[in-house]
Amino acid sequence: MQETNKKRKTAFIDGSRLITESCVRAGADIFIGYPITPADLLYKYAVKRYLRMMAAPDEITVLQWMSGFATTGHIPVTATSFPGYALMIESVNMAFMMELPMVIILVQRLGPATGTATIGAMGDLAVVNGTISGGSHLPTFAISNLKDCWDLPPRAIETAIKLRTPVVLLTSKEMIMTLCSFDLSLLENISKKQIMMYDNEEPYFPYKPDNNGVPSFLPFTQNKHQVRFNASTHDIKGILQNSSAEAINNTRRLHNKIINHLESYTLYESDEQSEAKTLVVSYDIAAQAAREAVSELRLKGKSVSLLIAKTMLPIPEVYMNILSKYKKVVVAEENLDGQFRQLLFGVAGRKGVSGVNGIAKMITPEAIITEVLK
Amino acid sequence: MSTAKFLVDGELPFCKECGHSLVTRNCERALTKLGYNPLDVILVTDIGCHGIVDKSFLTHTVHGLHGRSVALAGGISLGMSKPEKKVIVFIGDGGATIGMQHIIGAAHLGLNMTVVVHNNMLYGMTGGQPSEFTPCGFKTPILPEGNQNEGYDICKLVSAAGSSFTERVLGIGDISDSLAAAFSTKGFSLIEVMEICTVYGIKSNPGLKLSSLVKKAGLEVKVFESINRHRSHSFIKPTDSDLCSDNLLIKKKFDSSLKGRLAISIAGSAGEGVQSAAEFLAKAAIKSGLHVTKKGSYPVTVGVGFSAADIIISSEQINFTGISEPDILIITSPDGLSYIRTIITGMNKGKILIDDQLEAPVTRAEIIKVPFRNRAGEKSCSLYSIFWFVNTFKIIPVEAILQVFLENKISENVSIEKMMEL
Repeated sequence: MQETNKKRKTAFIDGSRLITESCVRAGADIFIGYPITPADLLYKYAVKRYLRMMAAPDEITVLQWMSGFATTGHIPVTATSFPGYALMIESVNMAFMMELPMVIILVQRLGPATGTATIGAMGDLAVVNGTISGGSHLPTFAISNLKDCWDLPPRAIETAIKLRTPVVLLTSKEMIMTLCSFDLSLLENISKKQIMMYDNEEPYFPYKPDNNGVPSFLPFTQNKHQVRFNASTHDIKGILQNSSAEAINNTRRLHNKIINHLESYTLYESDEQSEAKTLVVSYDIAAQAAREAVSELRLKGKSVSLLIAKTMLPIPEVYMNILSKYKKVVVAEENLDGQFRQLLFGVAGRKGVSGVNGIAKMITPEAIITEVLK
Repeated sequence: MSTAKFLVDGELPFCKECGHSLVTRNCERALTKLGYNPLDVILVTDIGCHGIVDKSFLTHTVHGLHGRSVALAGGISLGMSKPEKKVIVFIGDGGATIGMQHIIGAAHLGLNMTVVVHNNMLYGMTGGQPSEFTPCGFKTPILPEGNQNEGYDICKLVSAAGSSFTERVLGIGDISDSLAAAFSTKGFSLIEVMEICTVYGIKSNPGLKLSSLVKKAGLEVKVFESINRHRSHSFIKPTDSDLCSDNLLIKKKFDSSLKGRLAISIAGSAGEGVQSAAEFLAKAAIKSGLHVTKKGSYPVTVGVGFSAADIIISSEQINFTGISEPDILIITSPDGLSYIRTIITGMNKGKILIDDQLEAPVTRAEIIKVPFRNRAGEKSCSLYSIFWFVNTFKIIPVEAILQVFLENKISENVSIEKMMEL
């Protein structure tokens, strides 16, 4: 990130603070939380900052309450880690099927199971990718630095509202708990995102899509039109169906709306050198090491390009275009199997593609440099 | 009394003689008696036979997951600030089994809703398996010898949890007055309607009368006393303060001679101020015009064991906040030494400032022994180690750490002279 000494306003802050403030300014009005390390700071700040904050008795209730709030026109946010997310998955499917906007901040920690709660990780991308049964995707963003902690939540909320869908914001322990000197003057104004309500005298069909493939929204709080939400296969009226063509088309539309609008929420950082034959790819907390590694390599005279993915799911087509230009691709991520690498290249991989992987400690710039120079 | 219709014309989607039809018709009757507008009612249905009734209702409807309808209704209820709206949950005994915690929780929090439990004593949609509500001795197709366990008494459970109105009724005749009493109660209310599944229950238990079955199961048909009525919910009231205000700003007041990056790790024990000491150093570095990161490491039981912190100070922007190998490693306790031991043995350069009572393993780093604990005591040894580091190496001005110290409440209890001792 660029910093200038002009009007520099240095504070010593963590990413949780920025994420919370950003979410609230972008229009999130209710945080529902269940305590879990290392997402605790987001809970703590939520108590201070959200218009409403509720302590739920478990993570399934978190998602159900969020869904209930969403049906009444609110924009809910929660923060959790893998054990909590695992409990939420059926309810996330429900919210996806009902087309309810919300943001789930997933703070990754070392697994499997309860693993080590106080050690960071990047091990949950595959779980998020497989969250929705049937092959649909949740729009998913990954935070790569403190500036993203400010910039990505509004995009997540905007996407959740625009596409009427749950959105996942991936981050990790080191990003949201590490204190850093940070120039607050870099923070741009955030406009409040609002849900556009159906405003028409014609009969309302809760799942009749507009030209963008997304139905207009109406909350339960009004009594002009009947509203139905349904987690089961349903027609445009929201009535349960077995497998009528209308209902199956509706289920297919849920998938299509996420894919068709992908370009509007594709966020990434590309720093390419025209003569480079090697591309370093990273995201989330490992992006810090990737930036540093690329910087050091260039200082040593090595041409190398960098791609920091911020929109993780679905995979934007532009990533494929960038990847296709390089013979050698090094993907750095803090997990054992290279989850993003496999999403980009498949299990079979591609000649010239390798990973810098590991668990229980941060991927280092040195490890990336070594892999690039191999 | 209103004349509004709550149900579409025609048959309900249930088996002939199913008690669910009686519940549905009586709900309409009760809502009519109370004068509700259909669109002031939100019906939340669970998974199970009862849950296919949505299409018959002219109210708002939500069809959710198995067992989670009460939690979903809780969010709906909490999300509305309109007391004229009525949230009703239809749930079966199967849903109430898997979602018991949500029901008890909603009663406990006094969430504004009426839960109508359609208790037909088995899972009707999946072939007649017993639920946790199936009475002892009750036969189902897969338990022809009869259930061996006693079923839950949901009415007693929610009464104890704080339900404002609770009643068990037999699913026979006109039950609309009971439903109306529940619907008109503020806060949480629950009606358990006892039924026998016409497909699996009656066939497996020929001749069994509902009233005698309920009596034999020890389930009282009555209005239950509200033991511990709850009408509030657990809102945490937040303040509305900007988390990124100028109050956070730390102004540069000093200069540092540091060029490049210096990685400092401190390892000590929980409760000995390791994290605070690291933050003191970090803030002093910011006051000296440096870029800084600080991350903590500790076990989940934050009050015992090791506590460690990594601080990076740099004249340049910091991207990577990890430390591969520290330039300065400070160790103030046996816990810290134990945690950081493998780092020490891997160090090829740098300096290790270690409490003089501790023995560092073999390393290529320079070892400097300092009586951190003896001079400052266990509570202040971490802070003292930071002062010692600043005083000795002068990478940032001593005045910077002094200023951070004096701005903190800790200065009221800790002797500055002791901290400055070398």
